[in-house]
Amino acid sequence: MFMKSIITAAALAVTVGAASAADISGAGATFPFPIYAKWADAYKKDTGNGLNYQSIGSGAGIKQIRAKTVTFGATDAPLKPEELDKDGLAQFPMVMGGIVAVINLDGVKPGDFHIDGPTLADIYLGKITKWNDPKLKALNPKLNLPDLAIVPIHRADGSGTTFNFTYYLGEVSPDWKEKVGVATTVDWPGGIGAKGNDGVANNVATTKGAIGYVEYAYAKQNKLTHASMLNKAGKTVEPTLEAFQAAAANADWTKNAGFYQILANQPGEKSWPMTAATFILMYKKPVNVAASNDALSFFKWSYEKGGQMAADLDYIPMPDNVVKLVETMWAKDIAQK
Amino acid sequence: MDRARALGRLKFSDSGFRVMTLASALIVLVLLAGVAISLFLGAWPAFREFGVGFLFSDAWSPPREKFGAATAIYGTLVTSLIAMLIAVPVGLGISVFLTELCWLPLRRPIGVAIELLAGIPSIIYGIWGVYYFRPVMQSYIQPFLIGTLGNIPGIGFLFQGPPFGYGVLTAGLVLALMILPFITAVSRDVFDTVPPVLKEAAYGVGATTFEVVGNIVIPYTRVGVIGGVMLALGRALGETMAVTFVIGNATKIQSSILAQGTTISAMIANQFADADPGLFTSSLLALGFILFVITFIVLAAARWLLASLEVKA
Repeated sequence: MFMKSIITAAALAVTVGAASAADISGAGATFPFPIYAKWADAYKKDTGNGLNYQSIGSGAGIKQIRAKTVTFGATDAPLKPEELDKDGLAQFPMVMGGIVAVINLDGVKPGDFHIDGPTLADIYLGKITKWNDPKLKALNPKLNLPDLAIVPIHRADGSGTTFNFTYYLGEVSPDWKEKVGVATTVDWPGGIGAKGNDGVANNVATTKGAIGYVEYAYAKQNKLTHASMLNKAGKTVEPTLEAFQAAAANADWTKNAGFYQILANQPGEKSWPMTAATFILMYKKPVNVAASNDALSFFKWSYEKGGQMAADLDYIPMPDNVVKLVETMWAKDIAQK
Repeated sequence: MDRARALGRLKFSDSGFRVMTLASALIVLVLLAGVAISLFLGAWPAFREFGVGFLFSDAWSPPREKFGAATAIYGTLVTSLIAMLIAVPVGLGISVFLTELCWLPLRRPIGVAIELLAGIPSIIYGIWGVYYFRPVMQSYIQPFLIGTLGNIPGIGFLFQGPPFGYGVLTAGLVLALMILPFITAVSRDVFDTVPPVLKEAAYGVGATTFEVVGNIVIPYTRVGVIGGVMLALGRALGETMAVTFVIGNATKIQSSILAQGTTISAMIANQFADADPGLFTSSLLALGFILFVITFIVLAAARWLLASLEVKA
């Protein structure tokens, strides 16, 4: 009798614990962290519910959701439909943004430095090693480029930003595709490895002659010098919301199961070549349904009210028709009871 | 009767105490074996896939599932070697100065300062290394080395390449600074144990300070000094964060010590969190196992050295 009452009490405690509003837990990509943090802050003020998001990198986010230690995982490298099915995961895009090349050269202002995809690939392949290389001079006739070693900085951890960056380099440079490949961690031909988007931003900021790639918000927050890029149409574009949007407008989200879609190297005169979407991973049959529903409410709120906040940080909110598709998928695929 | 009972109780409590201490000691062995076995089991898929070649291959390509430990082993050994080459002579020099030559009122403050240095967390050295030391390396020290030593035939290849600031040499220098207090603190303590009468006798027959240190102090304390050096080497081999910050994390072996590299622990720290299960994770665990073996070999070598010294003495 005594044992039984203890067990009942314990069971009661567990249900109460689950029902009370614990923070929503998620982990993964560092690329969308600035906007997730902003949304979480506003969401807490609006509803009283908090979000605990650890920006540990896309690779780690996928690993955490597979280990079921978090309610949702976040990744910029979308999982293929067959990978999703294997683990019973649902995947949907949350927000889009741009990856920019950032440099550290005295006297060069943001946007002044121009570069195209194949040249960027050659820098990371170690074929172009000096800032006054003829190829860079040809792209930048107006700049007085110094006789200084280029320090290429890349991610040392598994990263969706790296995935999108290497995907783009693979699209524009056959050499890159063959020698290095496309993945969240690759065998870098040279350069310096740093952890996280913030780590790359920091290393570029403190290293003379450095070049790196980060999500645009990190370039802005750290006041780094971004490069302008030549896109697929051969036009020079600056990383702006319009340029990201132009690239995103090409996306056909209905084409692939699990919203699998990569936005790099899109056609269009105004398209920013290194645009990317970032994704959320959740279980179709969650262990803790209440927590899963809490997370879905947060995402729904973010889709509805987070658009302006996203635009303020130069992220692109998902278009309404895509949000509808995502919400239909939630209703169909993710168990909410 | 009472006496017998009391004695029996004492005997019982004594054997109880014995069992308790024995159990504590055994836990260490069990833990050690557990760590070794679980690392080896985790590493087994990588060893099976790549065989002995894992130790000698410098490949590290997660997308192609090709892994090898050579780059990380090389970086670990070279950074530790650089650190030891600098820290051992300097550390011993400091402790000789402190125990033999230093003005008495200054001994304590300098000694305390060194112990404080030993207590600084390694992440602080890492931050200092990347924000303050690395730019100095990039702008002054590395260009100087490339321009001077880099042109000398024979050793020039060690000092070539672009000056990035990050690299094996930078990591080795930061490590040297980190382990310096260990060597100094331990050797100062053992130098203090030398009986003054021995030193006074040596001075009395006209020996110089250098001769006293070389012929009396060092021979008398060499067991302790070697112990301190090995402790420092152990820390250098396993140091993670400070090295990760400044070594450049490049998974390639390059002949120049100015070039970027990686170490076993830096590799694990950077990649373990997001390694896919399977060969990637297994290869990282295999690196961990190798570090375990390297540390074991270093300790065993130290023991052997000490044993052979004691036989001679």
